[in-house]
Amino acid sequence: MENISILDAGIIALLGYAVVFFGIILLMGVVTLMGKIFVAIENKNKPAAAAAAPAAAPVVAEAPVAPGSAGALKLHDVEPKTAAMIMAIVADKLGKPLNELRFISIKEVK
Amino acid sequence: MIDIGEILLNLWNSSGFAYLFAGFMDGGWQNLVMLAISCVLLYLAIVHKFEPLLLCGIAFGCLLTNLPGAGLYNQELWTNFMTEGHEAYHSYGTILREGGLLDFFYIGVKTSIYPCLIFMGVGAMTDFGPLLSNPKSLLLGAAAQMGVFAAFFGAIALNGLNDLFGFTVGFTGPEAASIGIIGGADGPTAIFLTSQLAPHLLGAIAVAAYSYMALIPLIQPPIMNLLTTPEQRKIKMVQTRTVSKAEKIIFPIVVTLFVALLLPDTAALIGCLMFGNLAKETGLTDRLSDTMQNALMNIVTILLSTSVGATMVGTNFLTVQTLSIVVLGVIAFGLSTAGGLLGGQIMCRATGGKVNPLIGSAGVSAVPMAARVANTVGQKNNPSNFLLMHAMGPNVAGVIGSAIAAGFLLSVFG
Repeated sequence: MENISILDAGIIALLGYAVVFFGIILLMGVVTLMGKIFVAIENKNKPAAAAAAPAAAPVVAEAPVAPGSAGALKLHDVEPKTAAMIMAIVADKLGKPLNELRFISIKEVK
Repeated sequence: MIDIGEILLNLWNSSGFAYLFAGFMDGGWQNLVMLAISCVLLYLAIVHKFEPLLLCGIAFGCLLTNLPGAGLYNQELWTNFMTEGHEAYHSYGTILREGGLLDFFYIGVKTSIYPCLIFMGVGAMTDFGPLLSNPKSLLLGAAAQMGVFAAFFGAIALNGLNDLFGFTVGFTGPEAASIGIIGGADGPTAIFLTSQLAPHLLGAIAVAAYSYMALIPLIQPPIMNLLTTPEQRKIKMVQTRTVSKAEKIIFPIVVTLFVALLLPDTAALIGCLMFGNLAKETGLTDRLSDTMQNALMNIVTILLSTSVGATMVGTNFLTVQTLSIVVLGVIAFGLSTAGGLLGGQIMCRATGGKVNPLIGSAGVSAVPMAARVANTVGQKNNPSNFLLMHAMGPNVAGVIGSAIAAGFLLSVFG
């Protein structure tokens, strides 16, 4: 196969492209099938997890409800997204749930 | 009494300078040109950051191999190694006995060890999750191999021009196959195939492949704009499903089995790629995965790049063939991008506009550069459009596609 004609080259090129597609389609079929099996297994496990959840619910209901953060929060030149991030960081640093803290205002120090 | 003049004369005669100037017309000028080319490549790698990790090594290997008298790489040893009937035919013993440092490095290319180990590292760094969550993206990786076969055909068609116009450019089947694989935009695959089919073209093909991979942000966007409409480029794709860990572990095993059984010639490349990926995904072989991604990858990159650069010997490189390879290489790249985009167009229409055809361009491998370009072009048309993860599917599929293309060409011409 050292020296080949243009016609042979054309046939090899078309055949090669077809082989690549054949291999990839075969692989796609296997990957799709694999995905479907895994999704089915996942869905099968979901009802079991959902059934287990109500059993745990009463225990949560018995716990005392933490008071929510009262009042309105005033933002001075601070984006709500940034404020949310700051509140989350403060709660994390204090080791307290966010709804037990009261934020009155957040102001950017310039 | 010692003759200082004679000592100095002998010193001069044994120096590379003497060879360069005294033998200027007898190959000396070619060495000088190649030394200049190596400096240009170093400039591109260092100043313009063109694939610096590889191009630096390739350029320095080129510089070392063209130093007259140094004997670091001996082209004639490898010519004899490939000449059937010669006493040094397929004799690594001769290479080890008579070769220079870069000849020893080159054994790793000749035996395909380096490309395979690089693929292992690539596998350990690749997340096949986007592909698994959207298996249809595999088709785009196949569509984008169009340039491989078009450039192969184009290289053979040049032989016809020889007959018509009396050109002296022509390629054999194995040479054309090696040129075509530049369109796969996958360096290790190009080196793997070329070292098997046309080792004398290795330097030119490796430099063309890595240069065009570095130029992807310049080559692809005009083709992407040409083959898609502004409306299509704005299409936002929906979030794909989350892939479980078990799926990611099983995938490399399944791919190795299927692809290697279909095309056994790809077993080395695909096997290493998938072994690397398996080491990453198990979560139990972090040490191996870390070595593959970092230490091993870096060591092999040094050896591979310098030994590929060593093949850029003036007498081999400064030919019309090299120029043809450079031209055919960019055509291969362009057509592969076009093939991926056309595949993207078909998927876009078949899904009623749910697929952004831009992701098809990422099917040319060149992980993750091609996916980044698809994302950038998409964001230029719609700043809130994030195509990166969607483009990663075709991108990694392109690696598998180009390995299959290489396996096919190897089975035909090997």
